[in-house]
Amino acid sequence: MFSYFETPLLAEFRRMEQEFDDLFETWAPWSGGIRSLPSGTFPAVNVGSTPDGLTVYVFAPAVDPKSFEVSLQENVLSVSGKRELATEMEATFYRQERFGGTFRRIVTLPEDVDPDKVEATYRDGILQISVRRRESAKPRQIEIH
Amino acid sequence: MSTETQVTQSKGNGSAVADSRRAGASESVLRPPVDIYETAEGITLQADMPGVAKDRLNVRVEGNNLLVEGSIGVAPQEQMTALYADVRSTVYRRRFALSNELQTDQIDARLKDGVLTVTIPKRAELRPRRIEIKS
Repeated sequence: MFSYFETPLLAEFRRMEQEFDDLFETWAPWSGGIRSLPSGTFPAVNVGSTPDGLTVYVFAPAVDPKSFEVSLQENVLSVSGKRELATEMEATFYRQERFGGTFRRIVTLPEDVDPDKVEATYRDGILQISVRRRESAKPRQIEIH
Repeated sequence: MSTETQVTQSKGNGSAVADSRRAGASESVLRPPVDIYETAEGITLQADMPGVAKDRLNVRVEGNNLLVEGSIGVAPQEQMTALYADVRSTVYRRRFALSNELQTDQIDARLKDGVLTVTIPKRAELRPRRIEIKS
């Protein structure tokens, strides 16, 4: 596993990297997921969970809402769209950091989501997708008599 | 601790767009990606700040700096826990050094669908004029 020219310092960096990865996996269980993306990928996505359902926030500013395509198959959510940035032909650009073009993100949701109960709204550049959990999967308070 | 870096300073028309990077800021802040371009009339800056509504946006000139600040207004629902988060802060902040041929009292800022557009005109006497060549 260790090549003979590996220095103790490199081994130490490798150990630290592994520790950071482990830390993030416990903090956000999906960050090590096969569909996770490097930071800075457009659009950024946050997923929040409540006992009734899940809310997916897609940070996609200035996207024509008609260009969004949202689909949920079983528990796999796919969001795609196109972001067209206005181009100034006569201008001198100093920075072009903003993303333009087509995008797609796929997010695995927990397995108890109900694919028939999805709602999406677009506001202030965030596409908010609400998915409900299946009735049977919701936690129920058990009364004690 | 903060470090300021002057990024571009072109000769002649003196278009200075600088960028400040806060190293080791205690509070975690999102740095919005920007496009900055210059036309004959002035400089335009566009910043992606999804989730920021007009009342949570703050654009101001501080000395020689343009400060852009905003916070994400999505109200977290009760009992919500984060399952996954690319965005781990609710505050956007970025600072740009202005240059003195810009009319900082004439700044126009607009916000639409999470994108801030700031236009800063150049002083009229500094806009490029076409020089006529007489025969």
